[in-house]
Amino acid sequence: MSTSYLELSLWQVALAASLIIVNAIISIVLKLGLGRTLLLASVRTIVQLALVGLVLQTVFEWNRWYAVVGLMAMMTLIAGLTAAQRSKRRYPGIWTDAILSVWASSWIIMAFTLLAVMKGIDTWYQPQYAIPIMGMLLGNTLSGISVGLNTFGEGLVTRRSEIETYLALGATRWEAGRDAIQNAIRTGMIPIINSMMIVGIVSLPGMMTGQILSGTAPMQAVKYQIVIMFLIASSTALGTVGVVLLGFSRLFNAEHQFLPGQLRSPADPPRAG
Amino acid sequence: MNTLSGDNLGRKDPASQRWLLRGVNFKVTSGDRCAIVGPSGAGKTLLLRSLSLLDSLDEGEVRFNGKTYHGRSVPDYRRQVVYLHQRPALWEGTVEANLRRPFGLQAHQARQFDRSQMIKWLALLDRNASFLEQPQRELSGGETQLVGFLRAIQLDPSILLLDEPTASLDHQTAIAVERLIDHWMAAGTESRAFLWVTHDLGQAERVSNRTLQMKQGELRDD
Repeated sequence: MSTSYLELSLWQVALAASLIIVNAIISIVLKLGLGRTLLLASVRTIVQLALVGLVLQTVFEWNRWYAVVGLMAMMTLIAGLTAAQRSKRRYPGIWTDAILSVWASSWIIMAFTLLAVMKGIDTWYQPQYAIPIMGMLLGNTLSGISVGLNTFGEGLVTRRSEIETYLALGATRWEAGRDAIQNAIRTGMIPIINSMMIVGIVSLPGMMTGQILSGTAPMQAVKYQIVIMFLIASSTALGTVGVVLLGFSRLFNAEHQFLPGQLRSPADPPRAG
Repeated sequence: MNTLSGDNLGRKDPASQRWLLRGVNFKVTSGDRCAIVGPSGAGKTLLLRSLSLLDSLDEGEVRFNGKTYHGRSVPDYRRQVVYLHQRPALWEGTVEANLRRPFGLQAHQARQFDRSQMIKWLALLDRNASFLEQPQRELSGGETQLVGFLRAIQLDPSILLLDEPTASLDHQTAIAVERLIDHWMAAGTESRAFLWVTHDLGQAERVSNRTLQMKQGELRDD
């Protein structure tokens, strides 16, 4: 790889970090009381990124398939847990469902990417490609899943009487839940569709900007960005559909009954007995 | 001739494990006009929900014509044994769109919305065809109830489970609904029956030929 970019020294990083003084002065002058928060945010930025850098550096140097797969597995697990945690309505099994959906969707797309799209890389697990692409897939799939779960849960709560009325009139559980399912999947997919609509017009995507900064020719960077957009879109779609259908099969049983009692808001008191 | 029977039905509160319904036995056959009366909290709604298989039982079996229904056959059961919620939900759109909606379901594929029959029923309720064009959001609570009720009977159920269908209606409309049910029953005594939950003892006397007493989760046939 060409190193046509400027290698940053620690001193240069420190110089940039000193800009936090701007925020500090504003906080003091306007009495915003953000002093402690600013300090914490700065320290977290540095420490978290340094730690990630260390992990990445190690995995890159090690360059073994199990190290790469292990790291990807860890990232996937965290993405799944985060997706479930963001949901305002939970049900028993939501954690399993979220992890399973994130896992299946992102790994299927990842396999397609590494084995077919990126044909020509040194090894299928080359960390330079595998890790950042996985990160982008997971970040977006996770938001699709959490939006889908949230919308589904809310939809079931607000449509409860519609759903029960429909079931009582002879609807199958699928017929009764279909509106809520469709709405949840649609809502989960909207953010990525929107960003596909405006990509490059309103803002330059982070990955493309990064590649250009590190010396990649703009047209190459654009090709990468196009690839990434489609990977993200498909992974988000798979993940959202997966999690909503899994949730559906837990909240509607095979007897065509709706089980709204399973849906709990984390704010609710724990169930007695 | 159709028969709906409950065989030692029992349901527990999932949280406290207390029995909400226990040892309920009964049999309803075509021609039966049953009123279920009892204080609130006695388990009347719970019984109807269990009979429509909307909730699982902890004990006992519900049988329709001697058969129990599970899994894939449940929608077919609910086609014949229709439960009308205390507050039936309507979808956005006109009254007619709401009445047509169940015919989009697999279970009712073989049937079609019968507009002229509907207009006859509306006449019994002192309403004309223009009622069909009314948007759902402009209906009063009582009118919503009426639409829910018409939507249920047009499906020609064998057993109708009515959960206080006249609770939010004024006296005059309530009497009209009673008349309509009477008319509906008379048109198919050999195949139809209803279980009608009511608070109103006068109504129970007017509409039923049999009264069941519900008290603390138990059912008594008087």
